[in-house]
Amino acid sequence: MLSWTAVHAPEHRRPQPWPIRVSHWLNVPLLVIMAASGLQILAAYPMQGPQGRPYDWYPFQGITPPEWSRLGDWLAGARHWHFAFAWFLALNGVAYVLYLAFSGEWRRRLFLPRRDTRNALDTLAFYVRLRKHAPEQGLYNGLQRLAYTGTLVLGALSILTGLVLYKPVQLGSLTRLFGGYDSARALHLIVLAAFALFTVGHVVLVLLHPRTLGEMVTGGRKPDA
Amino acid sequence: MRRLITRRTALLGAAALTTSACDSSRPREGFLGAMERFNARFQSALFDADQLAPELPPSEDTPPGAFPQYYISDTVPFAPAGWALKVGGLVQRPGVLSLEDLQRLPRTEYRIRHHCVEGWSAVASWHGVRLRDLAEHVGADPRAGYVEFRSFDSGYYSSWDRPSAFHAQTMLAYGMNGQPLLPAHGAPLRLYSAVKLGYKMVKYLTEVNFLPEPTGGYWEDRGYEWFAGV
Repeated sequence: MLSWTAVHAPEHRRPQPWPIRVSHWLNVPLLVIMAASGLQILAAYPMQGPQGRPYDWYPFQGITPPEWSRLGDWLAGARHWHFAFAWFLALNGVAYVLYLAFSGEWRRRLFLPRRDTRNALDTLAFYVRLRKHAPEQGLYNGLQRLAYTGTLVLGALSILTGLVLYKPVQLGSLTRLFGGYDSARALHLIVLAAFALFTVGHVVLVLLHPRTLGEMVTGGRKPDA
Repeated sequence: MRRLITRRTALLGAAALTTSACDSSRPREGFLGAMERFNARFQSALFDADQLAPELPPSEDTPPGAFPQYYISDTVPFAPAGWALKVGGLVQRPGVLSLEDLQRLPRTEYRIRHHCVEGWSAVASWHGVRLRDLAEHVGADPRAGYVEFRSFDSGYYSSWDRPSAFHAQTMLAYGMNGQPLLPAHGAPLRLYSAVKLGYKMVKYLTEVNFLPEPTGGYWEDRGYEWFAGV
């Protein structure tokens, strides 16, 4: 399509080009601020479900998130943090997706079911010792592609459900799409839990493969060099 | 030495900048305050006067007794004897209206979801007079871009942008769930709306003023956002 995408095909680029690195490291403070201010907001009403009809599936009804996990001191402070930094998280996500699309990087990063399902299952089998050798892989294996693509889905879900909580009436069709205000609020929290789970797995696997950390800092070596 | 001082000054400056930029106890100042003003413009641009909150069936009603009550006084405020609503500001016919006067104006009724700043929602039906009908009745001036609401609940008040105040689902409610409004829910008259968070809906009303400039609000003056649309 665009000639420069052909010239700089991802295969000839360093493992982590600078836009990916910048976006990745910006996510760290942004996600921490959003999670911690979000938990301070949750502390104002640590229940799920409308008044008088609490959801019976939610195991933490009435339990306030611990103080170390919260940012913003009080509800108004936390809301201002949350709505100020939500813009930067969203902009970072949009910039990342645009970069993936126009650089061609999506080809070696996104999970494409037809291409990657087999490799993801084989990698999983290797991790649980059902397989002796890891399957062949390029920059990422299928399981990594699935996990990283999953975070994009989580990011989109967090923004969309967050918009429902912010403007449930003005964005009425979005509210309906998520089954109403209270189910969007529950989903917003579930997305946070999923992000937290991903982060734990991500950090553990990076510690087991420290080379990837170096590449996310320096960009790594070009394949031909 | 000179370099040391410069560095120390720079560090102190940076620390001062960070604290003043994002001070949770003063969230309407500094960087957070600038972002609030940006968000207020965003919310105002997003506001569509024709966007109505869906009317809900009675089955969605919050169970009896579970709809939260809210007042800042120590006990439920009761209306003073001879209560009447004072309407003033940029209007052709300022004056006072009794509850009977208000009930003679066109009546509106709806059952919609309530959104509290704390994150909970609740459902009740409300009846009363649309604020836009009251505005027409008193001849509110088009230059009145804001509406201020005052109460007998220990000085609780708020002020609204005109488009939100004139929304079809913004009313001065004198009834809830088919009954006259109870003191616990803001009797004799309270503001109710589909398009604002609960703390903007002033209960125990005494005054409605059509003004050219926004005033603050009880929670707004303490750091909560002023626009607070939903």
